[in-house]
Amino acid sequence: PRPAPRADETLAQIPPPRPPMAAAASTMLESLPAPLLRALRLKTKQQELLLRVSALALIYVLAFAVRLFSVLRYESMIHEFDPYFNYRTTLYLTEHGYSEFWNWFDHESWYPLGRVVGGTLFPGLMVTAALLHRLLRALSLAVHIREVCVLTAPFFAANTTLVAYAFGREIWDSGAGLVAAALIAVCPGYISRSVAGSYDNEGVAIFALLLTFYLFVRAVNTGSLAWSLAAAFGYFYMVSAWGGYVFIINLLPLYVLVLLVTGRYSQRLYVAYNCTYVLGMLLGMQIRFVGFQHVQSGEHMAAMGVFFLLQVFFFLDWVKYMLNDVKLFKSFLRITLTCVISVGTLALGIGTASGYISPWTGRFYSLLDPTYAKDHIPIIASVSEHQPTAWSSFMFDFHILLFLFPAGLYFCFKRLSDATIFIVMYGLTSMYFAGVMVRLILVAAPAVCLISAIAVSATIKNLTTLIRSKSKSPQTTGKTTGSKAAAKGAVDQPLPFQHNVAVALLLGAFYLLSRYAIHCTWVTSEAYSSPSIVLSARGHNGGRVIFDDYREAYYWLRQNTPTDAKIMSWWDYGYQITAMGNRTVIVDNNTWNNTHIATVGRAMSSYEDEAYEIMQSLDVNYVLVVFGGVTGYSSDDINKFLWMVRIGGGVFPVIKEPDYLVNGEYRVDKGASPKMLNCLMYKLCYYRFGELTTEYGKPPGYDRVRGVEIGNKDIKLEYLEEAFTTSNWIVRIYKVKPPKNRS
Amino acid sequence: IQSLTKAYAATPTNLKIIDLYVVFAVATALVQVVYMGIVGSFPFNSFLSGVLSCIGTAVLGVCLRIQVNKDNKEFKDLPPERAFADFVLCNLVLHLVIMNFLG
Repeated sequence: PRPAPRADETLAQIPPPRPPMAAAASTMLESLPAPLLRALRLKTKQQELLLRVSALALIYVLAFAVRLFSVLRYESMIHEFDPYFNYRTTLYLTEHGYSEFWNWFDHESWYPLGRVVGGTLFPGLMVTAALLHRLLRALSLAVHIREVCVLTAPFFAANTTLVAYAFGREIWDSGAGLVAAALIAVCPGYISRSVAGSYDNEGVAIFALLLTFYLFVRAVNTGSLAWSLAAAFGYFYMVSAWGGYVFIINLLPLYVLVLLVTGRYSQRLYVAYNCTYVLGMLLGMQIRFVGFQHVQSGEHMAAMGVFFLLQVFFFLDWVKYMLNDVKLFKSFLRITLTCVISVGTLALGIGTASGYISPWTGRFYSLLDPTYAKDHIPIIASVSEHQPTAWSSFMFDFHILLFLFPAGLYFCFKRLSDATIFIVMYGLTSMYFAGVMVRLILVAAPAVCLISAIAVSATIKNLTTLIRSKSKSPQTTGKTTGSKAAAKGAVDQPLPFQHNVAVALLLGAFYLLSRYAIHCTWVTSEAYSSPSIVLSARGHNGGRVIFDDYREAYYWLRQNTPTDAKIMSWWDYGYQITAMGNRTVIVDNNTWNNTHIATVGRAMSSYEDEAYEIMQSLDVNYVLVVFGGVTGYSSDDINKFLWMVRIGGGVFPVIKEPDYLVNGEYRVDKGASPKMLNCLMYKLCYYRFGELTTEYGKPPGYDRVRGVEIGNKDIKLEYLEEAFTTSNWIVRIYKVKPPKNRS
Repeated sequence: IQSLTKAYAATPTNLKIIDLYVVFAVATALVQVVYMGIVGSFPFNSFLSGVLSCIGTAVLGVCLRIQVNKDNKEFKDLPPERAFADFVLCNLVLHLVIMNFLG
């Protein structure tokens, strides 16, 4: 409730600045002498500036504050899985310095392969957090790096609102900029990945994305090299922060192509795109993880193709300017065009056929062909964030912006310029991709906010001018004489109805915007502020019950196992185990080696003796599983088990998915398949569970997630022994017994 | 083609100097590509940095030419000193990155 009135009052303050300036100026003109008038007019401009600055400051604070729910409710900790890896690398960076970090080889994950961390991550986020940490230390504020990491995302979200304001001002006017800043400050699509504690690449990357786009549009509008240089730096920051930079490097050439096709080629465009592309490409290649992809990978070829196309355009334009004879130019045009097209297609053909230009990687190809991942790459298909988006997600994440988006498109088309064409393209392409993958709603959020801001700003401005012009017209009809007054009078006739309708519409618009603000804060509070590592539920008496099992298990690992112990678990928990448990893991969330993950999947889905052989080959000391049957926690390993089977079966055909299903159904009770009832995962999860009564009135061994009584209650483990089970049975750790002395 | 050369001779001298600079940069790039074709592209980053520095300077030269050309309506109110300063700044950044990339 607290943020809602703020958003409301800031939005209410936006429409008045322009019309009162015009109305006040006109009334002053008639009544006061010149010097006083000039002083007063200056005051009005200063008033407008004051209003704008204070609105922006409030929006900045709002964007930061609305993301702090989980810090206030639980404590300042890192959420989810991926951020733990980022946190660990940042810790390493602050402790060992930059060159050690750049050349770091991590031997604690992906045992026995290790991981070249320096060359396989996007350093932007870690370097930013480390720099902030150093800055704060230099100001003698001794903060722990964890606090900096937790609050990096809200800080950058607040910066994004400023960039959104500048971008809106560039596209439309400052009113739209303010509305855009306010909308993006609370947009749930953006909040979902940038709450305090979500220390992930996207928090910084969206800021870099919007910044790059803003600088590029400004460069195209002004045609200056300095802005193009700034855009190249923005692009460099984006490349260093997130793999989604591929979106920029494809959207910019697409935008240039659209401008060329619609006949808006200009020298400014040439200067802007060329400078940004060359410098951006060079800067992008400095990141080791990206390497030479800008010249070798199929995903970046569009940019290069458009680069050459632009040279051709410029050349033809110059020749046309030089020659004043049209016919000669036409023949020259024909010759050059055929030459260029043939050379271009030849180069592209040779490059793709010889394999020099690598084809689109699976991650991005599945965006163009959504069915690709399910058949070919099960790991990508298994991540829940990569599923196609449902309408409810769109509504949940965008609320009123969803129908303001087409309205904004209409306004953009009414006033077409280079900048509005860009935002329309950004909006349409990002909405398409958001429809393909849930995770990409985040990329669409700024575009949707900007376009909706245009709609809101233009509508409110029209409505308020309608209301204000009613108060202005009696004076003007008094001043002018004769026919003019009669004409104005005739025009003023329909105004009384229009005035009421305008007031009603304005109130309706404010009501909608306030509902949006309320919805966003509710969504943030309920859905997006849970640190997945600490679970909470409501107890019988309504009080909050907190399950801190994950951290309990990781700290047990940290304190009770030898330092060189190797832990085998499903890849979801790898980052957390290395970061908090400080032990070596077999596979983790980086998922760069599919065969290794398939080996673990095979071990989890085999009988205990086959699994023991695999675990011996991998030197496993402990096995960790997550089990939600006692608490009703539904994202546990039994629910993920089929993915383990699929991934394992993708590499080792000895694992067949139908073995674990009964008539195509996945069951864990008495009717389950024998292979399912005796595989390692089942045994580890349900060991000693058959004796436990979980719910009043149900038999012992009742699994609260699946809602059935388990089939195999009398489990005996031969090669493993139970080492630790957390207080709510969520995490279970087993020790692998060494081979017997006498076999 | 003859009308082209005739019309070209009419351009002012400072623009011709920039054009010569651009042609030189492109020629250097071509020489480097031929060299790579002969010797092989082992330190690929060095090859890339060399070629891209030539192309980069060429492109920046063309941009400078666009901005300084008095016949261009869109850049009428851009003072040539500002254009040159931008050019120098971009070149500076370009060569810094090339130095880092050279290996």
